[in-house]
Amino acid sequence: MIPSIPQPTALRAAYVAYIAVFFTFLALPLVVVAVFAFNDSQFPSLPWEGFTWGWFFGSERPMIGVFHERGILRAIGTSAFVAVGVSLLAVAVGLSNAFLFNRYRFRGQGILYIFMLLPLVVPGIVLGISILVFSSRVANGLWDIAEWDVEALRPGLTLVILGQFSFIATIATLVIAARLQKFDRSLEEAAMNLGAGRLVAVRTVTLPYLTPALIGAFVVAFLMSFENFNTTLMLVGSDAPLTIAMFDRLKEGSTPLLNAVSLLLMLGSSLLALVMIAFQRKA
Amino acid sequence: MKNGARIGLALLLMPMLLWLSLLIVIPHIDMFLVSLRERVGVGEYQISFANYLTFFQEPLYLWTFLRTAVMSILATIITLLIAFPVSYFIAKIARGRTRSALFLLCLVPFWVSELVRTFGWMILLRETGILSNLLQWAGLVSGPVEMLYNDAAIMVGLVYTSMLFMVVPLVTTLESLPDEVIEAGYDLGGTNTSVMREIVIPHAAPGIVSGSIVVFMLSLGNYLTPTMLGGKDSLWFTELIYSQFIVRFNWELGAAFGFMLLLLSSLIVWGMLRLTGQTLERTMG
Repeated sequence: MIPSIPQPTALRAAYVAYIAVFFTFLALPLVVVAVFAFNDSQFPSLPWEGFTWGWFFGSERPMIGVFHERGILRAIGTSAFVAVGVSLLAVAVGLSNAFLFNRYRFRGQGILYIFMLLPLVVPGIVLGISILVFSSRVANGLWDIAEWDVEALRPGLTLVILGQFSFIATIATLVIAARLQKFDRSLEEAAMNLGAGRLVAVRTVTLPYLTPALIGAFVVAFLMSFENFNTTLMLVGSDAPLTIAMFDRLKEGSTPLLNAVSLLLMLGSSLLALVMIAFQRKA
Repeated sequence: MKNGARIGLALLLMPMLLWLSLLIVIPHIDMFLVSLRERVGVGEYQISFANYLTFFQEPLYLWTFLRTAVMSILATIITLLIAFPVSYFIAKIARGRTRSALFLLCLVPFWVSELVRTFGWMILLRETGILSNLLQWAGLVSGPVEMLYNDAAIMVGLVYTSMLFMVVPLVTTLESLPDEVIEAGYDLGGTNTSVMREIVIPHAAPGIVSGSIVVFMLSLGNYLTPTMLGGKDSLWFTELIYSQFIVRFNWELGAAFGFMLLLLSSLIVWGMLRLTGQTLERTMG
């Protein structure tokens, strides 16, 4: 069916109703999480005990709000640290990869491209355990050979960053390569005709053109890292990022504190997404 | 190739090779090697297939494996069936502002963590939850109903969590189908079903394949949703991997499980690509 071909009214109404039901289904869990962040009760469930800001700003037991809960605040900090690290690495490597596939033709390029895509089809938990197994083998080897204890190779934040980077790099590469593909190379040649060296031409002409994609890739990488669970779960040490910290609490039973954190997460990621869209529009 | 270009190529190859070899290829080979180890004494190992034998001989492991695969395939099919009409509506029926608004609305839930989405379903489905209260209020049931901790709850969670990865590729491929082609189908006497079957679905095939691959992969490798919505006895294969690695500290068996999961997902992805004549570059890249 298509608007230019008339259809029975009943059929169209049913279709629109289906779409409405779908979007209700999509919104329902998020709305529920948000609403119960304001419930003046120890449990995020009915009955409704009245409206409160306590789960955000409360400072006394039994209602300690997000902004006074050390554990959660520290976990948010850890997550942000990991996410920035992953995003920086992923954008840098992604940029390099995009140039590699766009500007050079070499033997084995096709195979390399397939390898580059593989991390997307490996389950996250398998990525996690394979990196865990390999890094501990290296760590044990270094200890046996030189009595050299490399803390970074034991479960902890370094491994979490590397583990998340291992598949987010693919996504960053795809985002940046898509924009580089659209770039008109004669602009670069013009810059070189005007006397710029190759690197100067890339820096002053190509990179500014790529900026929206670089920012886009950074934001996507940041969000993916922030909400990653599977890979992180296998590599995490004593400092837990937010998703792991929340998971541990959820297993013990939930209070509306978790709803408040979730609501803040929703607001934060929507804001980031809007910033990204605004940037893309301007480009 | 000029010398400068050669150096440039080498410099650009370096990060990619480091990334792929140190974080992807070698760790997977190492995981496979560990899965072939059998502990025969303290710190003594020999090469054997003992871990794989354990996997195939222990009914619980094999059953969980098959169950995870079947449920993931089912989740993929359900997601496709729900997402297709929605994607078609966004791509072909909605116009202008409405279209971009609807598309954006589809993306919103996925900017927040999977944990939050799953938490939302827990609040909705649990015994003291919204749906249970709603049903009691409506007089349809007499006492609280527990809707959490069963396979249906897992399925709802999986479908919900994967929706975006089906909608986006479908909308993209459907948008590239010109309206005139669909109109021509009707002009030539096609009905709703025949136009759908002979024009729209064949055109959307690449989107269907790439969406299905991603959804299947995400379901198969999911840990959070089955654990939280399915409860203790949800029997999801990733839970077995987790417990071997973290709880029992039996890395050899855990690595064998991990390898089986990888094998299964690769086989199904490869099979789907072969069946539909697509390539990984075209569906993912």
